[in-house]
Amino acid sequence: MRRFAELLETLVLTPSRNGKIRLMVDYFRSVNDPERGLALAAITRELDIPSVKPALLRQLVSVRVDEELFRLSYDYVGDLAETIALIWPVKGGEREGRNDVPTLSEVVAELLAASRREGPALVKGWLDRLDPSGRYALIKLVTGGFRIGVSSRLAKQALAEFGEVPIEEIEELWHGLEPPYESLFAWLEGDAEKPESAALAPFRPVMLSHPVEDADFTRLDPADFAGEWKWDGIRVQATVDQGVKRLYSRTGDDISGAFPDLVDALTFEGTVDGELLIARPLADASGIEIGTFSDLQQRLNRKRLTAKMLKDHPAFMRVYDVLFDGREDVRALSFRERRQRLEKRVKQFDPRRFDLSPLVEFPSWESLAAHRAEPPLPMIEGVMIKRWDAPYLAGRPRGEWFKWKRDPFLIDAVLLYAQRGHGKRSGFYSDYTFGVWREEGSARELVPVGKAYFGFTDEELKKIDRYVRNNTIERFGPVRSVRADAEKGLVLEVAFEGVNRSTRHKSGVAMRFPRISRLRWDKPPSEADTLEAVEALITGPAVDA
Amino acid sequence: MASRFEDLLHPRPEGLYCPPGDFYIDPVRPVERALITHGHADHARPGHSHVMATGQTLDIMAIRYGADHARTTQPAEYGEIIDIGDVSVRFHPAGHVLGSAQIAVEWQGMRIVASGDYKPRPDPTCAAFEPVDCDVFITEATFALPVFRHPEAASEIARLLASLRRNPDRAHMIGAYSLGKAQRVIRLLRDAGYSEPIYIHGALEKLCTYYQSEGIDLGELKPATVANGEKGQFAGAVVLGPPSAFGEAWVRRFPDPLISFASGWMSIRQRARQRGVELPLIISDHADWDELIETIERISPQEVWVTHGREEALVRWCAMNDILARPLHMVGYEDEAD
Ligand SMILES: [Zn+2]
Repeated sequence: MRRFAELLETLVLTPSRNGKIRLMVDYFRSVNDPERGLALAAITRELDIPSVKPALLRQLVSVRVDEELFRLSYDYVGDLAETIALIWPVKGGEREGRNDVPTLSEVVAELLAASRREGPALVKGWLDRLDPSGRYALIKLVTGGFRIGVSSRLAKQALAEFGEVPIEEIEELWHGLEPPYESLFAWLEGDAEKPESAALAPFRPVMLSHPVEDADFTRLDPADFAGEWKWDGIRVQATVDQGVKRLYSRTGDDISGAFPDLVDALTFEGTVDGELLIARPLADASGIEIGTFSDLQQRLNRKRLTAKMLKDHPAFMRVYDVLFDGREDVRALSFRERRQRLEKRVKQFDPRRFDLSPLVEFPSWESLAAHRAEPPLPMIEGVMIKRWDAPYLAGRPRGEWFKWKRDPFLIDAVLLYAQRGHGKRSGFYSDYTFGVWREEGSARELVPVGKAYFGFTDEELKKIDRYVRNNTIERFGPVRSVRADAEKGLVLEVAFEGVNRSTRHKSGVAMRFPRISRLRWDKPPSEADTLEAVEALITGPAVDA
Repeated sequence: MASRFEDLLHPRPEGLYCPPGDFYIDPVRPVERALITHGHADHARPGHSHVMATGQTLDIMAIRYGADHARTTQPAEYGEIIDIGDVSVRFHPAGHVLGSAQIAVEWQGMRIVASGDYKPRPDPTCAAFEPVDCDVFITEATFALPVFRHPEAASEIARLLASLRRNPDRAHMIGAYSLGKAQRVIRLLRDAGYSEPIYIHGALEKLCTYYQSEGIDLGELKPATVANGEKGQFAGAVVLGPPSAFGEAWVRRFPDPLISFASGWMSIRQRARQRGVELPLIISDHADWDELIETIERISPQEVWVTHGREEALVRWCAMNDILARPLHMVGYEDEAD
């Protein structure tokens, strides 16, 4: 538990992705089975242990600590788990070195064997034997409140680096494995063969694309490639294996639970690749209508699925590839052959839940460019270019699939606030809030419309940072307010993918994926865009209605 | 409720005032006669006419404010009895920073100890705290909440050394208060066997030199200035600077800086996270909760007066233990960046 607690603590405080990976690799290397596997399960939230309610923990503390002193402490610290971890009084004093610290395996095993009523007593005993970091880890573990900034994808990346294998191999295996993953670690350490993926309906690593580059158009022959729309939904893999149905995200997370309506409609045997969208049946039942990006977001943001949500925002899958046709692995076949198989297959699917992503015909790159410039639906964010001969390959193979995204929207906005960054950027003002002009009659004021913290080079960051420091009009904590009016201000060209109405923002709009595309040192702030111009780009209803 | 002890000492806007001796302890405004417990800026301020403090505290004030910070100064030896009018005063080690003292004030058979800032645990850079028998014990309350239990400083230094081993390419930037904390961290590193040169921000230089002149061996110290093209030499180096330097351009000059902070506040991890501290080191120059109450129990005074910090909790604890206690509501003493 001590080493696990230390891992959690350092993971929480380490800002960089590579730093987190390095910590996990170190941990896997220095800790034995089954301890490391259980830690992995805790991080990836695969550890299924009976939970203890926070209220029960509070009761345990109240027996030992004066109510008023607890209240003052909780007020000061602000986080219940951390308050309990720090305040827990140990007889004999904190500084008596203890060497009978419970291991993570001991904690998990005893919790699994205990009844729900016995849980709190066990926790009490362990709290006595741990130091504050250990207590914090224990409380987070038993209350199920893990938020340490590590995705399961990142944990798998760490496993891949630990074993020096491609991450796709881990993703493919993952769903057949169970904590404490001893066979996985044995394989990664070279002590055993790769574990067989025994589970039904496992995840199959997906094939990814590269952004197309200008040089590709002269190098590549359009006749060798198929065109498809690039959908702005969620990439998913649907699979049915001897009756077991699963829906996976592109990183192999099982997301079946969030889309029961779609999973129920999986009636075929096999594995298909496609885009999850929202689609409603037309009133005359003649087909479906694809919803907007914000429809999809509403569905994703909901923690609990209500019947109304399922009815108003039905999940839909637009398929574009097949990996298993029935029980047959067709990944080695060409895209042309797979596409033929898929076209036949899809006819058997429920048309209210599935359809085939159409091909975009193009005799020349110019003609594809014309399609890309005028997509028939707002849910299209560009075109995909796929080699007819390409097998379905895990990962991001070169020269097979390309994405050619629609140009982003651009506006000129004015820098209003800057906030200090973290980690490497901790000495820089690197997070920017920008605004545009709101006009009412002859009055104009700058209103914030978004925040961006990337898109610039290190060199540009230094320049903006200097500008922020030299033009600060007010400071509050880590934030500086920067001079911005008609005469003086820094104009930023901001690129973004779309804009929605929002009641949460003062300006009434919320941008998607905004980033700085250019610094317009040349442009006077009075010539920045207006809120009206931004509102004109709204493509869907409110995201937070 | 006024007690007779208040005839000897009581709070005024300027600071703790002693009428029969006509002096203040740690006044926050310029006064005629000041007794100073230690050199931290919120306790030792310039502009008094006459200052009495330990020789080391007077030296530190001269380093910070110039030799003319007061019209006259008078050094007090630890343990020496000095009469001021009808009152006799005595300075006792407080274990807080070099030269820090508790001031015992005695008059008409009563003794009050104003302890300033203190810590009872051993510190290789200053004389050890000495509990003094008294009627009224005036205590700080900087870390007076039962969530503050500072671990052994040596174990925190061990974590720092482990991080240096794990991140040999990153400069370890440690925020440490320039008087006391910085020198203690350096000395603790040396005690743990770290013999590489330690780099210090310009703001720490004079006080480090002073500590060394007082016989506290800090090993080889070098200025933390990055010359062009020499960034590489700071890979895996230990660099100390005052907390105020961490928002500035200075930090970015170092290779892949790993931000650390040595302070009692670091036991609250949310705080560390909010401040972007990657390696929090819980090293404090103040008493933690257990030490505050152990000290009170050990001295067992008739009354406890609580100056600055989280008075409410300490007063509450005293009440639960039948010890008469009250907050003094002193203003002007901040939670120093400790
Ligand atoms: Zn102090």
